[in-house]
Amino acid sequence: MEHEADHPHDDPHIVGYGTFIKVWIALVALTAVLVGLSVTGTPNLALLGLLVITPTKASLVFFYFMHLKYESTALKYMVAIAIAVLVIFIGLTFTDYLFR
Amino acid sequence: MSTAAASVAAEPASEPSFYAGSSRQGILSWLLTTDHKRIGLMYLAAMLTFFLVGMTIGVFMRLEHLTMGPTIMKPTTYNALFTLHGVIMIFLFVIPGLPAVFGNFCLPIMIGAKDVAFPRLNLLSWYLFMSGATIAITSLFTGGGPPDTGWSFYVPYSVTTGTNVTMAVLGAFVIGFSSILTGMNFITTIHRLRAKGMNWMRMPLFPWALYATAWVQVLATPILGITLLLVILERVFHLGIFNPAIGGDPILYQHLFWTYSHPAVYIMIIPAMGAISEIIPTFAHRTVFGYKAIVISSMAIAAVGSLVWAHHMFTSGMSETSIIIFSLLTFLVAIPSAIKVFNWVATLYKGSIELKAPMLFALGFIFLFSIGGLTGLFQGALAVNMHIHDTYFIVGHFHYVMFGGTGFAFFAALHYWYPKMFGRMYNERTAVVAWVHIFVGFNLLYFTMLVLGMQGMPRRYYDHLPGFHLGHLIATVGSWIMVAGLLIMIMNLVRGLFHKVEVPANPWGGVTLEWTVPSPPPVENFDVLPVITEAPYSFNPVSKEQAP
Amino acid sequence: MSASVEQHDAENVAAEHPAAEHHAAEHRDYIGAKLGMWIFIFTELILFGGLFVAYGMYRSMHPHEFHKAAGELNVVLGVINTIVLLTSSLTMVLSIVAIRLKRKAQSMLFLASTMVLGCVFLVNKFFEWRAKIHHGLYPGSEHLMTLPPGERLFFGLYYGMTGLHGLHVTVGIVVMTIMLVLLRRDKIRHDDFIKLENAGLYWHLVDVIWIFLLPLFYLAA
Repeated sequence: MEHEADHPHDDPHIVGYGTFIKVWIALVALTAVLVGLSVTGTPNLALLGLLVITPTKASLVFFYFMHLKYESTALKYMVAIAIAVLVIFIGLTFTDYLFR
Repeated sequence: MSTAAASVAAEPASEPSFYAGSSRQGILSWLLTTDHKRIGLMYLAAMLTFFLVGMTIGVFMRLEHLTMGPTIMKPTTYNALFTLHGVIMIFLFVIPGLPAVFGNFCLPIMIGAKDVAFPRLNLLSWYLFMSGATIAITSLFTGGGPPDTGWSFYVPYSVTTGTNVTMAVLGAFVIGFSSILTGMNFITTIHRLRAKGMNWMRMPLFPWALYATAWVQVLATPILGITLLLVILERVFHLGIFNPAIGGDPILYQHLFWTYSHPAVYIMIIPAMGAISEIIPTFAHRTVFGYKAIVISSMAIAAVGSLVWAHHMFTSGMSETSIIIFSLLTFLVAIPSAIKVFNWVATLYKGSIELKAPMLFALGFIFLFSIGGLTGLFQGALAVNMHIHDTYFIVGHFHYVMFGGTGFAFFAALHYWYPKMFGRMYNERTAVVAWVHIFVGFNLLYFTMLVLGMQGMPRRYYDHLPGFHLGHLIATVGSWIMVAGLLIMIMNLVRGLFHKVEVPANPWGGVTLEWTVPSPPPVENFDVLPVITEAPYSFNPVSKEQAP
Repeated sequence: MSASVEQHDAENVAAEHPAAEHHAAEHRDYIGAKLGMWIFIFTELILFGGLFVAYGMYRSMHPHEFHKAAGELNVVLGVINTIVLLTSSLTMVLSIVAIRLKRKAQSMLFLASTMVLGCVFLVNKFFEWRAKIHHGLYPGSEHLMTLPPGERLFFGLYYGMTGLHGLHVTVGIVVMTIMLVLLRRDKIRHDDFIKLENAGLYWHLVDVIWIFLLPLFYLAA
C-alpha cells in the first residue's frame, strides 16, 4: 500500500555497474549509426535515423539511466501520458501547417 | 454523518488552533510558515486585494463607455486598462483561484493528511506568486509604461510596442512557476498522503477536481513559459522566430499561447466545479448523484479540454482543415461539462434543500455557468464564429464562465469554508442581500454584452457607435449594482472576522473530513489520523449542530 | 489505527539506526520525493517541447533552407558533445550506484567526473558559439539579415534551443556541486540517496534533450 513507511530500505533493487556500461556502449554505437546514416545515406535514411534511432536512444536513457524500467506501473503511465501530450500538441499544430 | 470520526461538536479543542500553534511570533509566523492552512490564507489575502484592483479597473473601463467619444481617459489609457484588467484577473485571481486558497487549506484535511507532500515548496509557490505579481505591477511604472497589447500579448505588436511588455511577461512567467509547483505538490499529496482506507473511489470530489486540475497545471503551464520566454528573447535579442519579415509566423505564437491558455480555463473551472460538488450535497442533505460520473467527467474535461485551443484562432488565417478538426473537438468537450450539470441538478431532486449563502452562490454558478457554456457552443460553430469573434459576445461568454462560473464558485467556497478557516461566522442576511445585488448586476452587465456582441460591437475598443449606446448604458449601470454587491459581500466577510463567536466543527452538516475537525483546525489538522471505511457523501439522518 | 503504525515504525528506525534518529522524526517519503521530481521532469519536457513545436512547423515550411543552414554547423563538435553528455550520464548513474554500495569515495569521484564532463560540454559550446558569432551568424547581425528567411529562422531556433539547453546544463552543474558537498558531509548516504537520484534524473533529462537536438540541428544537413 502506498502509505507504508518505506525507510530505511527505500528501493531494494540495485542495478550494477555492468548494466549501465552496456547501455552506454549501446548509446554510443547508436549515435555512430545515426551519424553514419545522416552523413553518407540518402535523405530518407537520415529521416529514418531521426525517427527510429533517436527515440531509441532516449528510451534507453529513460528506462535504464533514469531507472524507469524498475519503477511502478503508475509512474510508467505518467511518463507515457506526458510524452503523449507533447506528441498531440505537435500533431494537432501540424494539422494547421500541413494543410494551409 | 460518516463513521470516519466521532463528532467533536460540543467538546473544546484539545489542541490550540493553528492560529495560536506556531513556534514563531507575529508576522514571521506567517511569512516563514509551512502550514498549508496559513499559506492558503496568505493566498486569499493577496488574491482578494488583486481582485479589488482588477474590479476597480473594470469599473473605470465601463465608465469610459458611459458616453461616446472620450469620457474620462485617452484611447491609449483604455488599451492599458483592458490589458491590466485581463492580466490581473486572469493571472492573479482566477488561475490561482480555488486551488491556491481552498486547495491549500482544505485538500490535506479532506484526504486525512497533516499537510501537503512538500510544505516548503508550498511556501515557495506563494513567494513566486507574490514575486511575479510584484514584477508585473512594476511594469506599470517602468520602461515604456503599462503594456497595451491585451492580456494575450499577440505578436507582432507585443514585440514592436514600446510599452513594458518584457517586464509584464516576465511577471507572468514567474507566476507560472508558482502554478506548476502547486500542481506538483497536489499530485504528490493525493498519491501519497491519503488516509488509511481512503482509496481513490472514496476520495471526495473536491480533491478529485484538484487532482485533474493539477495535471493540467503541470503539463500545460510550461508551454506558456516557453512562449513568454520567446517574446522576451524576441524583444531583447531579436531572435526573430515570430517575425513575419523573415518568414516567422505570428500564428505560431497564437498556437503556442493558446495551447496553454485554453487549458488554463479548465484550471479555472474544474476546481470550481469540485467545490460546487461539495456544496450541493451538503445543502441538499443528500448524497451526490453519480459520483463516478463526476470523477470521470473531471478527468475527461482536463484531457479533452487540452485539445481544443485553436478555437480561439478560427479567424486568424490557419488552415480550413484544421479549424474543422478543432471545432469538432470543441463540441466534444461540452459533453463532460454538461454531465456535471445533470449530476448537480439530480442531486437536488428529492433533497432537503437549505438556501444558505453558499448554496445561493452554488445555484447561481449552475445557472450562470450553463449560459456561459452554451454560448461557448455558439462560438465553436465555425460560421457563427466568423461573425462574433473579437466582439462583445466573446467578452460576455468568458465573463459568464470565468466570473459567473469560477468567480461565483469562489464566493460559494468562501462562504462555505469560512467558519472552518476563521472560526467565525458572517451575517447570513447581509450575505443574501449581497448575493442578490451581485446576481442582478452581473446579468445586466454581461447578458447585455452578449446582445451587443451579436449586434457587432467589437471588443477592446475605447469608443462605440451610437447604435450600441443603450446597451453600454445598461451594462455600465449593471456594473455599479454588481460592484455594490461585491463590496457588501466583502465587508460582510471582513466584519464577521471581528465578531467573536464559538463556531462548531460542523455548522452545515457536511460529511467530508474537514467537518470532523475543530473550527479552525489545530496545526496538524487531526489529533488522530482517520481511517476511512465507507463511501463518501453518506448522509444519515442525524441532526447537525447549529451555530449559536 | 494508522497513527500508531506510523509511530511504531519511526521508533524502530530510531532504534536500529541511531545516527538516523533525527531523520525518523522527519516525515521522509522516498517514493513521494521521486514522484515530485518526475513531475518536474514532465514540465521540462513540455517546456522544450514548445520549442520543438516551433522547429517542426518552420522546418516543414522551409525544408531546403534548414538543410542548407545546418551545413554551417560543426558536426564533429556536435558529435563530441553528444559523447561527452552520454558519458556524463553514465558517470552520474554510476555515482548513485556507488553510494548505494557504500563506496563514498567512488561516488564522489563519479559525480565530480560528471561535473567535469558538463563543463567540457559548456566549453565546447562556448567555442562553437564564438565561431558562429565571429562569422556574423547571430540574431540581429547584418550578415544574418542577408540570408533567406528559412535560414534566419534556423539560426534563431539554434541559439534559442541550444542556449536554453546550455542554461540547463549550467544549472545542473551547480546542483551537482551542492550534491557533492552533501555527499562529503554524509547527508547523502547509502540509505538516504534520493537527493542524488533526483539530481541524476535532472541530468539525464538534459542528456535526453541533447539527444534530440543533435539530429535536428547538426545532422540536418
